[in-house]
Amino acid sequence: MLKKRLLLTVAALLLATANVQAAEVTLLNVSYDPTRELYTEFNAAFAKEWQKLSGDKVRFRQSHGGSGKQARGVIDGLEADVVTLALAGDIDAIAERAKLLPADWQQRLPYNSAPYTSTIVFLVRKGNPKGIKDWNDLVKPGVSVITPNPKTSGGARWNYLAAWGYAINQNNGDEAKARAFISALFKNVPVLDSGARGATTTFVQRGLGDVFLSWENEAFLALKEFGADKFEIVAPPLSILAEPSVALVDKVVDKRGTRKVAEAYLNYLYSPQGQEIAARNFYRPRLPEVARKYEKQFPALQLLTIDKDFGGWKQAQKKHFDDGGIFDQIYQPGR
Amino acid sequence: MAATISMLKGASNSPVGLARSEENVWIKRGLIIVTLLFLGFFLFLPLAAVFSAALEKGFGAYFASFDDPDALAAIKLTLIAAGIAVPLNLVFGLAAAWLIAKFNFAGKSVLLTLIDLPFAVSPVISGLIYVLLFGLQGWFGPWLAEHDIKIIFAVPGIVLATVFVTFPFVARELIPLMQEQGSDEEQAALVLGANGWQTFWRVTLPNVKWALLYGVILCNARAMGEFGAVSVVSGHIRGMTNTIPLHVEILYNEYNFVAAFAVASLLAILALLTLVAKSLVEWRARQELAAALEPTMIKD
Repeated sequence: MLKKRLLLTVAALLLATANVQAAEVTLLNVSYDPTRELYTEFNAAFAKEWQKLSGDKVRFRQSHGGSGKQARGVIDGLEADVVTLALAGDIDAIAERAKLLPADWQQRLPYNSAPYTSTIVFLVRKGNPKGIKDWNDLVKPGVSVITPNPKTSGGARWNYLAAWGYAINQNNGDEAKARAFISALFKNVPVLDSGARGATTTFVQRGLGDVFLSWENEAFLALKEFGADKFEIVAPPLSILAEPSVALVDKVVDKRGTRKVAEAYLNYLYSPQGQEIAARNFYRPRLPEVARKYEKQFPALQLLTIDKDFGGWKQAQKKHFDDGGIFDQIYQPGR
Repeated sequence: MAATISMLKGASNSPVGLARSEENVWIKRGLIIVTLLFLGFFLFLPLAAVFSAALEKGFGAYFASFDDPDALAAIKLTLIAAGIAVPLNLVFGLAAAWLIAKFNFAGKSVLLTLIDLPFAVSPVISGLIYVLLFGLQGWFGPWLAEHDIKIIFAVPGIVLATVFVTFPFVARELIPLMQEQGSDEEQAALVLGANGWQTFWRVTLPNVKWALLYGVILCNARAMGEFGAVSVVSGHIRGMTNTIPLHVEILYNEYNFVAAFAVASLLAILALLTLVAKSLVEWRARQELAAALEPTMIKD
């Protein structure tokens, strides 16, 4: 009797999870760590817009984590209708390993499928006690640097590449010297969190480290949440143009019949309203008119780009972050 | 005889004996202090921290934390996972313990080791096993996708992971007890004409009921508190595949510290209730044992 009931419950659960798409449309957006606040606001705005346009209700499911880890989840079967990850390389991995979307996904939306951008800045404690101004201050002895793990976090890969780009620039393209610089930098890293948000709480809440290599938006958010009297942002003269990319997961939307609403959702990111929401959440907007409006918020920096300076994500990923890549060679924990 | 008495007298009067008993007192006190300090540091302090952080903004904010649909969904999912894992492991634990304690067969020690496996394996690996089996790139992934059955990143995966990490608890509690009891009483019952079921319900089960309850309590505590294995198979979809521990992590990462600790306090309360229930069960079991022993002593 008990067994029978158990079996029934298990069967009911299996069925219940198999047909979730009954009454209203639900979209699952699998995203990276710092976008929680952005998508909370954006999803609500889009739901209103979509109801006006089509009369249908749309509900959202969000999942956040380190970008690489999230991509791994989608590859393993996490049924995301859309992915909004920290970098194109992670979506490439989904296209390549699970073939859930075409390899040329990045051409489908404007601006390399990155509706907003960001960059990497330094978050330091109030008064900047260690006097950190530029990348070379990070390798000084006694400076403790917080960054997440480049293997699992998208933000950390941008951090790493910005530092690498700086070193290459300083040393006229000498790779051996850049390698020594990166290696010295990671010697100053006491702990590698798996995602940007974990690293932020390590720095902000647990009080570890002198400087936190952070997404610009995450740094602004930390100021907003914890007060500008505790931290300040230092923008290095040279950084990197981080392009968090978005994509439709074709196989999932076709199976679930959500292609239309998912497409509208991503397009809405490029609309003036979507761009405003992004800017309000400290992402750099793409639309010139919105960008002008928020000009004062974002300092003008010299920004390296992944395509021009690193030959695109595929190459950068292989050279630096894949198994046996430069990061594996230079990073030895506990030394 | 006289010699022993004088020796005893001598011992109790000698300064060496006194020093020793005093030493014993100090060792006892020292041990008590060390234990209290240890408990205070590793148990009471964190517990106090959880509750003080949860109540930092008053009771209103504390209870508002449970008013959120995502929090309620997490609580519900945890109850579902424990509600399936615990009865399943109760049946499995009883069956396994019975098999091991009452029968002899080849490979018994191997089976015992296998039952212990979830204790030895890191919970993260326990989760990854299911990703490797049921993930889209895993052994059964393509077939499951074709038939639109979701296991990983859905409720069944969470239940599976919970069952896996908790399955030794009941069996491990029962096996030593049942082995010690042997099968004499069962054999007597069978000789007297009882059938298998009757023997089980009237002899075996009453003999092990306290140990069984104890195992169930521990099993339940772990099922509700499990983080690692569940985290791997969850996919962290809010309102759908987050259990209480995962929800705590999310709230913490969203700088929502009051809510994070409020939900965490729920787990802490559960742990305290578990402790109380566990002590009660132990006390009852001891009482029953004493009651069972008494008449035999009188007869003797």
